[in-house]
Amino acid sequence: MYTEKVMDHFMNPRNVGTIEDANGVGQVGNLKCGDIMKIFLKIENDVIVDVKFQTFGCAAAVATSSMATELIKGKTVQEALQLTNRAVVEALDDLPPMKMHCSVLAEEAVKSALADYYQRQGLDPIPIVGCTGNCDACHSDHAHDHGRSDEEE
Amino acid sequence: MDKNDFSAYVYADNAATTRLSDTALEAMLPYMTAYYGNPSSIYSFSHESRKALSAARSDVAAVLNADPSEIIFTSGGTESDNHAVVGAARANVAKGKHLITSTIEHHALLHTMKQLEKEGYSVTYVPVDGEGTVDVEALKAAVRPDTTVISIMMANNEVGTIQPIAEIGAFAKSKGILFHTDAVQAVGHIPVDVKELNVDMLSLSGHKFHGPKGVGALYLRKGVRILPLMQGGGQERGRRSGTENVAGAVGLAAALKEAASQMETEAARLKALVARLDEGILKIPYTKKTGHPTNRLPGLASYTVEFIEGESMILHLDIRGIAASTGSACSTGSLDPSHVLMAMGLTHEVAHGSLRLSLGKYSTDADVDKILAELPEVVALLRRMSPVWPGLE
Repeated sequence: MYTEKVMDHFMNPRNVGTIEDANGVGQVGNLKCGDIMKIFLKIENDVIVDVKFQTFGCAAAVATSSMATELIKGKTVQEALQLTNRAVVEALDDLPPMKMHCSVLAEEAVKSALADYYQRQGLDPIPIVGCTGNCDACHSDHAHDHGRSDEEE
Repeated sequence: MDKNDFSAYVYADNAATTRLSDTALEAMLPYMTAYYGNPSSIYSFSHESRKALSAARSDVAAVLNADPSEIIFTSGGTESDNHAVVGAARANVAKGKHLITSTIEHHALLHTMKQLEKEGYSVTYVPVDGEGTVDVEALKAAVRPDTTVISIMMANNEVGTIQPIAEIGAFAKSKGILFHTDAVQAVGHIPVDVKELNVDMLSLSGHKFHGPKGVGALYLRKGVRILPLMQGGGQERGRRSGTENVAGAVGLAAALKEAASQMETEAARLKALVARLDEGILKIPYTKKTGHPTNRLPGLASYTVEFIEGESMILHLDIRGIAASTGSACSTGSLDPSHVLMAMGLTHEVAHGSLRLSLGKYSTDADVDKILAELPEVVALLRRMSPVWPGLE
């Protein structure tokens, strides 16, 4: 059902944990839906010098969180803002159709953490980051609300 | 572990399916090679297969305290459920189009009811309490003059709770309503006597009690008329057309006879194994047992493990060589966790972390040891990465 890459990131997730002095923290999803992702960013001079995550969810939720953190680690904030759920899916060599929403959640978790970073700088994150998807709706609706993953779903 | 070497694998998902028993396999083999004749043919070569089919029917009937003429062989539990409910509903449209079932039935029943609703029938879904027992008073109150069929499962496949079938059966009889029970999880595991239970129809499936897959039976009480689902050559006295699965029926009967003869000792053995599971698993903080505490299937243990998600738990157990099951949304292929756990009043978040361990004939103390050694590690590992785990260990 899952690709080897997904299973690898599920069994050996990269960047699990928290960052004490994180300056960008975002959490998306909710318990009712069955997955929650929390991402911690340590940003210095616009570069993501460290990133950690915690996830409650299925194998795909863990693997997409892990891969998303790998894709933005060491990148600039501007580069991280370009992260798409599709990039996460491609890096994992695909996800089953039923699990595409997990990749959307991973993208949203990163954006939510970046939004928090901007907020802490006294900047309004909405014009920069857009909707972070952290709207407490179950992920089935996310595809429709936020467009990007319609194709996959 | 070599991914194709399952010699040390702990199979704790016997409610999903079971290993074929050696007795059943041996009984079946001659009817696939030596005696492959079509039981409907009149030449001497087919006598053996016809005789075997008839003996299998008698054996199944004897275990259920039924008459052989009341046993119809089918392709399994799903077909038996469909046949009973659809066949009985359609045969009684002159009386009415109202059916009663429960919220915790197997999908073979629930989806059949949904289909009948589309065809103009109305269905009442009777609720269950927090332990998964059907509310009999609500069931009685749901009866209308146009109620034709009541269908309530004998034992639940997810939490193991045994239902008050004899009581519901007596009530249905007094009201002149046909009563069906899906006894797929019960037969071969707990005593099932169709007369004591007051049932008109009863579904069973071979592979749930160490018989082969692809064969089941429907008990249909003498005098009860239901419409057939399959039209064709008129096998099974016109009630189920299609060339009989002789080897399958022979295997089912052999496995059932064996299970019935060992039931008492086997149930005691499984209860002891489950007690060990309970003791070990409930030591893990924030775990609970689900289903009825005592009135339950002997080999089925079901729990909730808070702050983690079921699919992750199952896949980690699999990597460590253990097969178990969950009712989390991610495993059901929908966004909602198990309808059974939800019907019992569990919250979404707790239901996402459900775990079912179902033991069988081939389960051992060593299997329990392995589960108790691995599960706490898996739970701890997943909780460590869970953003909702309060870290209270």
